[in-house]
Amino acid sequence: MKVLVAVKHAIDYNVKPDIHTETGQVDLAQVKKAINPFDEISLEEAVRLKERGHVGEIVAVAIGSAEAKDSLRHAYALGADRALLVETDQPLQPLAVAKLLKVIVEREQPQLIFLGKQAVGEDYGQTGQMLAALLGMGVGTFSSALQIAEGHIVVTREIDKGTETIALQLPAVITSDLRLNEPRFIKLPNLMMAKKKAIETLAANDLGVDLRPRFTVTRAVEPAPRPGAVQFATVNELVKQLRQTEVLV
Amino acid sequence: MSVLVLAEVDGKTLKPSTYQAITAATYWGLAIDVLVYGKDLDAALAEASTISGVRQVLHAQADHLQHPLVEDVSDLVMTIASDYNVILTAHSVFGKSLLPGIAARLDTASITDVIAIEAPSHYVRPSYAGNILAHIDNHEDVQIVSVRSTAFRAAERNGNAQIVEISVPPSRAVSRWISEQLSHSERPELNSARVVIAGGRSLGEQFDSLLNPLAEKLDAAIGATRACVDAGFAANELQVGQTGTIIAPELYIAVGISGAMQHIAGIKDSKVIVAINHDPDAPIFKYADYGLVADLFSALPELNAALQ
Ligand SMILES: Cc1cc2nc3c(=O)[nH]c(=O)nc-3n(C[C@H](O)[C@H](O)[C@H](O)COP(=O)(O)OP(=O)(O)OC[C@H]3O[C@@H](n4cnc5c(N)ncnc54)[C@H](O)[C@@H]3O)c2cc1C
Repeated sequence: MKVLVAVKHAIDYNVKPDIHTETGQVDLAQVKKAINPFDEISLEEAVRLKERGHVGEIVAVAIGSAEAKDSLRHAYALGADRALLVETDQPLQPLAVAKLLKVIVEREQPQLIFLGKQAVGEDYGQTGQMLAALLGMGVGTFSSALQIAEGHIVVTREIDKGTETIALQLPAVITSDLRLNEPRFIKLPNLMMAKKKAIETLAANDLGVDLRPRFTVTRAVEPAPRPGAVQFATVNELVKQLRQTEVLV
Repeated sequence: MSVLVLAEVDGKTLKPSTYQAITAATYWGLAIDVLVYGKDLDAALAEASTISGVRQVLHAQADHLQHPLVEDVSDLVMTIASDYNVILTAHSVFGKSLLPGIAARLDTASITDVIAIEAPSHYVRPSYAGNILAHIDNHEDVQIVSVRSTAFRAAERNGNAQIVEISVPPSRAVSRWISEQLSHSERPELNSARVVIAGGRSLGEQFDSLLNPLAEKLDAAIGATRACVDAGFAANELQVGQTGTIIAPELYIAVGISGAMQHIAGIKDSKVIVAINHDPDAPIFKYADYGLVADLFSALPELNAALQ
């Protein structure tokens, strides 16, 4: 079967973003970007399913500006068979992304669609659920284990107090959680090879989708910094302080 | 003009986060209806009907809702969605899984993980692992919102709402519940405990033996870092942080935790943060109120003794 993996070229998860003094918005122009870690987990899972003989083709799809090709090359290096960029320079909100992905799903007809449970950055955590709803498919959010069976997929999901196992009819949408797997280390020759592979590009504006923003981030602010710790030399001093401030009863 | 709150039932009773969502719902000053769905709901309905500020409790009972699935609850909500200007839920695992799909079916945006409602369509939500607070102006006619529980107090219980039965559409059966594997812990729940004591990967195999006695004494929930969970020293549901549980206890004690930004994202709203770490330059000390530079293997037994 065919698997589609959505790949976001996101802010590097180790980077603490700055706020642009004039616009009052997060300054993303010079920020280091990389494949969203949850999408890397999705790709790894697709590759493992392929290695186990369940999957024939893995298609990686990114939505964003031309620089998102870097993450698609990363997808190639991990084991994607084809890469597709839906290109736009406009920042898109989750509903628009879900609608664009729906067009691609209808074109590609995959049996399984992977998204990350969230993209690091805005941390919206919505696109997979929106896509599944638009397609009328079942969704397995926060997935930490998968098993393919005849016509369906068994998904173990992270819930508030443990895990839950559900079965989803195929085709289905899966959103990956951290525990699903640990992505393999990419070898340099694979990266070199990935550089040569073709990336099909479509213009987002040509896909007949309403891309207009539905909300505005009017401003971004940093939470007030904490003053830093008052240091104690011994456990007893610490406990005394906690008792004095009545946090310890 | 009214607000619909999607409740969550845990066993027989309502989840505490439902009370917090109802407090958030009062912001609009509109009538509030609470949708309670599932099977064997008598206790939860009785409870919901006493929550202050609630006009009506909508009772949706069906066999297939015994273990609610996103698709079934989404279909249910769609049957009544057009009656509401605001649809709101707690940003729990189920809330996060459900709400964006409902928004998409209504062709509208959803604003998730809201920590403050500043005006009827203006919200504040954290992003970039809690490093940024984004102020959002939502232009949609219908407001679809999930709220972070720790940012809202729980609604009181001195109301007397009417319970109204509503019909439930049949299951589309695109998904099917099989089982759940719940971890049973004697400890209070992480996201509502007054005190949380959390350990990092440096605790190693001694995670339980070092933290349990202290947690017992402090009546604390136990938390862990992702590195600690990945190393197999702590259960996954103990993970605190951007991608784990977000907490806001009165007292948070971080033991042998470096203070990576993904971890800090989950503890920022704690009232008092205490850090024990042998590295004086550990980033956690920038966020802590009180720090102890010490080896945890000696400091924890000492702390245990000092609390006698
Ligand atoms: C996408 C993504 C999401 C993530 N989400 C989360 C999340 O939700 N929550 C989370 O916690 N992490 C998360 N992480 C991981 C995070 O980036 C850090 O790797 C993790 O928090 C580090 O855990 P740690 O502090 O236990 O380990 P380390 O970074 O290894 O730090 C160990 C600390 O213990 C101290 N120490 C060691 N020995 C002793 C001793 N004997 N006595 C006293 N102190 C000692 C050291 O000085 C050090 O500061 C995420 C990462 C990614 C990529």
